[in-house]
Amino acid sequence: MLDFLSDIAPNLVKKQGEFVGAIGQTLYMMAVSGGISFLIGMALGILLTVCKPGGIRPNRVIFTVLDRLINVLRSIPFIILLTAVIPLTRLISGSAIGTAGAIVPLVFGTVPFFTRQIETALAEVDSGLVEAAQAMGMSPWAIIWRVLLRESIPGIVRGSMITIVSLVGLTAMAGAVGGGGLGDFAIRYGHQRNQVDITWATVLTLLVLVSLIQAVGRRIVKRTTH
Amino acid sequence: MLRLEQLGKTFDGREGRVEAVRDVSLTVKAGEIYGIIGASGAGKSTLVRCINLLERPEQGSVWMDDIELTALGEQQLRQVRRGIGMIFQHFNLMASRTVLDNVLLPLRDAALPRPQAVDKARSLLKLVGLSDKEAAYPSQLSGGQKQRVAIARALANDPKLLLCDEATSALDPQTTLSILALLKQLNEQLGLTIVLITHEMAVIKEICHRVAVMEDGRVVEQGDVYGVFAHPREHVTRRFIDTASPLQKIYRLLAADSPILRLQIGEQLLRLKFHRQSAAQPYISDISRRFHLDMNIIFGDIDILQDAPLGSLVVIVRGQPEDVARATEYLRQSDVDVEVMKRA
Repeated sequence: MLDFLSDIAPNLVKKQGEFVGAIGQTLYMMAVSGGISFLIGMALGILLTVCKPGGIRPNRVIFTVLDRLINVLRSIPFIILLTAVIPLTRLISGSAIGTAGAIVPLVFGTVPFFTRQIETALAEVDSGLVEAAQAMGMSPWAIIWRVLLRESIPGIVRGSMITIVSLVGLTAMAGAVGGGGLGDFAIRYGHQRNQVDITWATVLTLLVLVSLIQAVGRRIVKRTTH
Repeated sequence: MLRLEQLGKTFDGREGRVEAVRDVSLTVKAGEIYGIIGASGAGKSTLVRCINLLERPEQGSVWMDDIELTALGEQQLRQVRRGIGMIFQHFNLMASRTVLDNVLLPLRDAALPRPQAVDKARSLLKLVGLSDKEAAYPSQLSGGQKQRVAIARALANDPKLLLCDEATSALDPQTTLSILALLKQLNEQLGLTIVLITHEMAVIKEICHRVAVMEDGRVVEQGDVYGVFAHPREHVTRRFIDTASPLQKIYRLLAADSPILRLQIGEQLLRLKFHRQSAAQPYISDISRRFHLDMNIIFGDIDILQDAPLGSLVVIVRGQPEDVARATEYLRQSDVDVEVMKRA
């Protein structure tokens, strides 16, 4: 088996330790920045929905500021964002380089996108349901929990899956600040040293990763849609 | 029970300000079914939403028993809303919850422990005839079943008042009747006061005790259903009544100058309306004998409103003009409305 692998992917076999490490770094970056982004994006998405004109607590100021801010952040290419937020990164995680240094820019890159996903998912909840809940005498918090979030679980899962897949793409750029990960691994060996087998191995790994994420997502959506 | 005083509500629409509700005052008595009818855009949906303040009226006040709802703070308003059930045209059930969980939803804020709440929800489902569907999801139900779940949900907190916003408009005629029968049963069994809005006169006719007719945001006519049907004052009321009556066919025939309604010299086409007492009398044979008239019945119809008959006949009369005049006078004195539709 190892012989066969050495034959078709000699460089990969030599770098297998580093390869496994790169996978670990990618998963680490995804888990930490994904987790943080999920919480922040969820909160902001709910805030946007609640403050929207015609929402359960309309607030023009909060809505406009947040809406514009998200648009601005979404229009900055990630590779620029990565370096632009370095001072902030230093402040938050103590270091602007390495895997930890990639977390802050990844969060900045993911939150605006995920917030929009949540906003879209919540907007799909029929306004009649909110009206019915209000007529029942539910408080705004109860409406958010028991109606808005509960009814949009499939939409939230779908949005989360799209976001995670795009996060996989973002982590590949983290190499620019020394964040490591599969993208960095592929650029350094596969591209710069022309070790094509490494490029292919990375592509294959990412493909498997994305497929797994999507399969899990589809399953959850299926089980929560009635 | 419920008193609306000079309610007013305007919306800023794309085409300027729309006065959805203008100076509406009405009183709903405990235990009655009060219907509000109007064409779409007449403001009836806004009006019903002003009752539980889903829409805040800009002028006027809403009183329930002796509480002024329009003066309540948010917290107190929520408390009052729990005592007012509401059902909707599109049912508004939570698709992610089972039938039982939908009915349990309004009980979450009540101080009822879960097992009791479940018992209560089950008994409500039994009341609306859906005991066997508690584990189903709304998407697996028919429209009529969904509305039954919505009714069970609306009753969860033992409301004294139920608001129905076009509750049967999305249902077929058969299902509409069964839902109306259920509402009537709840009204009689539980003493539930119902305010119902609709654009169908047939719904009013079927279950309402009193009715208000809305046009352009105003209530133009109100009264007990029999009175309004028997003696409509406003043009719009008459139009609504005609939509629920097969009599409009006659008007169409008349407008098209149909040969059925063509009169010979000396003939008249009359529309006779019989009320409570007069509907039971054999007036046609009576007047034809008494005044030597020939009567040809073109169309006849009888409605039962609040257990009292309301009859309509369209007849062609032939006879001496003075006999016809005397017969008309005789009928009018006997509480029969006579309208001359056409004279030859």
